[in-house]
Amino acid sequence: MEYILQPWPWYISGPCFALIMFTLLYFGRSFGMSSNLRTLCAIGGAGKKIDFFKFNWKSQRWNLVVVLGAIIGGFIAHNCLSNPIDIDLSQNTIDDLKTFGFENAGKSLLPPELFSWEAAFSVKGLIILLVGGILVGFGTRYAGGCTSGHAITGLSSLQLPSLIAVIGFFIGGLIMINFIYPILF
Amino acid sequence: MGRYLKFLIVGIFFGIILVKSEAVSWYRIFEMFKFQSFHMYGIIGTAIITGIILLLLSKQLKLKTIHGNYIRVPIKERGLPRYIIGGSIFGLGWALCGACPGPMYILVGTGAFTVLIVIIGALIGTLIYGLFKNKLPH
Repeated sequence: MEYILQPWPWYISGPCFALIMFTLLYFGRSFGMSSNLRTLCAIGGAGKKIDFFKFNWKSQRWNLVVVLGAIIGGFIAHNCLSNPIDIDLSQNTIDDLKTFGFENAGKSLLPPELFSWEAAFSVKGLIILLVGGILVGFGTRYAGGCTSGHAITGLSSLQLPSLIAVIGFFIGGLIMINFIYPILF
Repeated sequence: MGRYLKFLIVGIFFGIILVKSEAVSWYRIFEMFKFQSFHMYGIIGTAIITGIILLLLSKQLKLKTIHGNYIRVPIKERGLPRYIIGGSIFGLGWALCGACPGPMYILVGTGAFTVLIVIIGALIGTLIYGLFKNKLPH
């Protein structure tokens, strides 16, 4: 039990993600989280105005069930399987975050400087979370996948498009952290 | 309901691993893009290596899905602009809000309800893509 309550090392959790991908393939489906966003738009009626959302979303219900399970899994892991929750970040990361005004890095899953109610409903905080979400939604659909679809499924099956997409993930991430963070924080 | 139960279980397992691996943490994503820890690279690297082995083995052993077809991964369409531009736009968002489309939901399960704002943003972003899909280079 002691081992379960501690954060799990990368060499345990990494192969577990591959098992999830493989289990879904075995069930005749494929691992991809961002396509749920398209399904949710279709359920909301976006197909009436936009062709991209005109498809049989009921065939994607299984993936929404995976999402529901993931929410439950998040609840269980956070409330029943985690003690302590501190994240063992590198000292360089903690120092760099301090220069951006993030104190107590790693004491929680998310920085209160961005995700507390006060921060999230300040003008700047709201714009950051909303714009971040828009970039994720737009980018994943344009690229046809996210970390699960491209980085894990696509690279495991040695597909060049996924390699290009993952290189893109890093181009965007490095621009954000190195050039845009110093302006924002 | 019965045929969905297995997907619920896969989802629960997925949520637990993402939390226990700390890959749902905004801090870990920042650290990854700063190249200051091996943690995230270890996770993604071992996931891919295990994935490659599982897929090669299933091909060798001619494993079949529960529907009786051979196990195969959907092939991504050829193209360059959509992957490099779309990927970069996703990367900008991933580094900004520290959550990709799986962790978003899982974080809500951990009680981080302000992440719902990110999810609303992601839905808006998906809608915008749907609107302009035909005008974008793919």
